[in-house]
Amino acid sequence: MENFASILVKSIFVDNMIFAYFLGMCSYLAVSKNVKTSLGLGIAVVFVLFVTLPVNYLLEMYVLREGALSWLGPKFATLDLSFLSLILFIAVIAAITQLVEMVIERFSPSLYNSLGIFLPLIAVNCAIMGGSLFMQQRIGSQLNGMGDVLAYALGSGIGWLLAIVGLAAIREKMEYSDVPKPLRGLGITFITVALMGIAFMCFSGLKI
Amino acid sequence: MGKLFSNKTKEVFVGPLNKNNPVTIQVLGICSALAVTAKLEPALVMGLSVTIIVAFANVIISLLRNTIPGRIRIIVQLVVVAALVTVVSEVLKAFAYDVSVQLSVYIGLIITNCILMGRLEAFAMSNKPWESFIDGLGNGIGYAWILIVVGFFRELLGSGTLLGYKVIPQAFYDAGYSNNGLMILPPMALILVACIIWVQRARNKELQEK
Repeated sequence: MENFASILVKSIFVDNMIFAYFLGMCSYLAVSKNVKTSLGLGIAVVFVLFVTLPVNYLLEMYVLREGALSWLGPKFATLDLSFLSLILFIAVIAAITQLVEMVIERFSPSLYNSLGIFLPLIAVNCAIMGGSLFMQQRIGSQLNGMGDVLAYALGSGIGWLLAIVGLAAIREKMEYSDVPKPLRGLGITFITVALMGIAFMCFSGLKI
Repeated sequence: MGKLFSNKTKEVFVGPLNKNNPVTIQVLGICSALAVTAKLEPALVMGLSVTIIVAFANVIISLLRNTIPGRIRIIVQLVVVAALVTVVSEVLKAFAYDVSVQLSVYIGLIITNCILMGRLEAFAMSNKPWESFIDGLGNGIGYAWILIVVGFFRELLGSGTLLGYKVIPQAFYDAGYSNNGLMILPPMALILVACIIWVQRARNKELQEK
């Protein structure tokens, strides 16, 4: 349990997707104009990360990594398919986003109405692909077993949600400030994100 | 040759370098632009890789544009891009291993780089291969120069080196100068890009937002 909690807190605050790795920056900047829509996108990201990461983890463990195919027989024990990981991961992400969209549409129309438009966007969100690639890198060192991967997926998603809702709230207030003309819009948003990132750096020594 | 470099193709090439820059104006491909620029060398390699991938993905999609069914075009585009990225990533691992370790996951993330999908959707799907190639080249270089400027300042001010060579003389350090450690950290990349945007929009009034 302690292990899960530490991975969760670490991926929310210390290894925050936005402030430490800049993942998912494009939609982060484009959709953070008001709190309500950014909350919708954030929840959709948490959801898709939580579903795709375990699937990609199984793929990595039983198909891609060196020796992973040994369950097919001794002939396959030395096979290393890791060069295929980029193509397979993106295929899984695109397929699952589509699937999630259909499932939500079928079982919860109200959730679909609030998340629906964001789901296709998420297939090409770097946060999802980045989450999968970081997970692949950290198997064995920081992430051991499915529980850890689930905690990591949840933590990175919540970190992203926290970042986008925070920025949206600041941008709503910033409507009323007198920003120098050339900096208006994109420029001042970049500087705001930088300041938020510096604030988040105070978590970097955190140990649980 | 005259036909290959008509005014329109020239505009297609020059536009993305300044007034239609993918990073500062279209806001595409920010993730990798910020993450790999702590040093100049990975920024150069990343800029080059993206330029090559955008140009060739544009050509391939443009050649296929009349045969791709509209409904599955996103998947076809993703597969083409993923294949090109895999090639580039294997080549980097073979010939420039140190840089590929520094770039870590960001090479793989070129797949989800919005510049690629953006250019394929907006340009390659409706233009001839040659123009698409030039458009890809222009956008790739427009992306690369931002990376190089940010990487240059971050490495110079943060580590006092350029491409690993010491450029700030020892006498400066003896006189009390010290490297700005903040430059190495992620947030400074954002502030530097904001400065580029500031300069660019101050010079071109029509780009300013209300």
